[in-house]
Amino acid sequence: MDKPSPFFSNLKCRECGRLYPKQAIHVCDFDFGPLEAAYDYDAIRGVLTRDVIESRPQSMWRYRELLPIDGEPSVGREVGFTPLIRAERLARVLGIRELFIKNDTVNYPTLSFKDRVVSVALSRARELGFKVVACASTGNLANSVAANAASAGMKSYVLIPADLEQGKVLGSLVYGTNVIAIHGAYDQVNRLCSEIAGKYGWGFVNVNLRPYYSEGSKSMGFEIAEQLGWRLPRHTVIPMASGSLLTKLHKAYKEFVTLGLAEKSDFSVHGAQATGCSPISEARKRGSDIVKPVAKPNTIAKSLAIGTPADGYYAIQSMKQTGGAAEDATDEEIVEGIKLLAEHEGIFAETAGGVTVACARKLIESGAIPRNESAVLCITGHGLKTQEAILGKCGEPRVINPSLREFEERIYKADEASAAV
Amino acid sequence: MPSILIPTPLRKLTNELETVSAAGANVGELLDNLEKAFPGLKERVCDEAGNVRRFVNIFVNGEDIRFLAEKATPVQDADEISIVPAIAGG
Repeated sequence: MDKPSPFFSNLKCRECGRLYPKQAIHVCDFDFGPLEAAYDYDAIRGVLTRDVIESRPQSMWRYRELLPIDGEPSVGREVGFTPLIRAERLARVLGIRELFIKNDTVNYPTLSFKDRVVSVALSRARELGFKVVACASTGNLANSVAANAASAGMKSYVLIPADLEQGKVLGSLVYGTNVIAIHGAYDQVNRLCSEIAGKYGWGFVNVNLRPYYSEGSKSMGFEIAEQLGWRLPRHTVIPMASGSLLTKLHKAYKEFVTLGLAEKSDFSVHGAQATGCSPISEARKRGSDIVKPVAKPNTIAKSLAIGTPADGYYAIQSMKQTGGAAEDATDEEIVEGIKLLAEHEGIFAETAGGVTVACARKLIESGAIPRNESAVLCITGHGLKTQEAILGKCGEPRVINPSLREFEERIYKADEASAAV
Repeated sequence: MPSILIPTPLRKLTNELETVSAAGANVGELLDNLEKAFPGLKERVCDEAGNVRRFVNIFVNGEDIRFLAEKATPVQDADEISIVPAIAGG
């Protein structure tokens, strides 16, 4: 057992503030409120400076004092520090002065932001002595648990809805994990997992390890602020499934201010969902705290299709506190968003990325994000995983024989002619 | 009587039983009777106004009662009721 971290002090109920020991527990015994990692910021302040962070390897673990493990990270040491791209061409199309893409489509090793949460969850799972790790997943988390458990030599089970994209199923199977496909929507997979968790002494990354897992998302916010030159972005647009990522970016920005790593400045976190499953955006637009669950999610953005979002309430609070707004995008707009990002920035995002781009466009058009300000879009997963969504919607290759004359006639001259029009 | 799956955080109140039975024609009555058998259980699941807490999901045969009739959702002897804390996404 590692010596307890002097920085990560307790788990704490978000509802009533009761403190709990740093074990594999995730809800408050008293009111079922979610438990969250609590830190001793006074202790961290003297240790974690800009210079110290900059001297460390470029991974999410350069902020390790703000991540909830006791010892050294043992799983996913190379995860994170993905590029923050200045997106000038997309900015012109969306009609905003300055735009950045936080590109987690190239996160290591499984091409989605989930490697951040899994790195923390599995490092902590080892500290707590778990031999078997598992998750409920809409795909990306399953891929990440499977890959990171394989590299750590841990046995894993991933439970997914049976109708997931082939890329996400194959992207778990290849690592030799146990893939269990459930007849039902994600929310039903989730329910089953919370019934299984604890029963066999397994570490479920998004159930009994959730307080550790969810903190990994903060690293995306830390990186954005550091990559902007140690300042907070004025606007951040974040895809929402359970709503956890949005709340953790909010927390990350606040922690950087608390620690003096970034200047205090106005910032807004905005949420993006798919119209076919938008319980959080719907509540935010209504001006309500009450998230009405969606019984039957229906969207091509399957990674966001959570009808009963566990962190929906807190996501709404984060948006309210920061002056953030929420939007939703139809399947057609999602495909358009994927293409806009690919054609203007050379980044191939999965459906959730299409949701983020499409919603950002709407937020700019509505004035929720003023055109003369600056925004960061969080693009959280790679498009190769959800190819079905755009199959047949990006045109077809033009097929010719290996003949110069044919190329000349059918390709070059045709293109010259259409360019002249 | 319908059987109720008890989540880990509530098992201290049910003498570590994972499954218990209780009588009742609907979810609300079931919770009242559970409270009689295991004092303290209802206040964990419901807030001061008697509403199911924000972070608690109750299912009857796998269906979320928020899609049925909330606490008025009828239950029968063979039904399986689950009390499940809300959990994060994936």
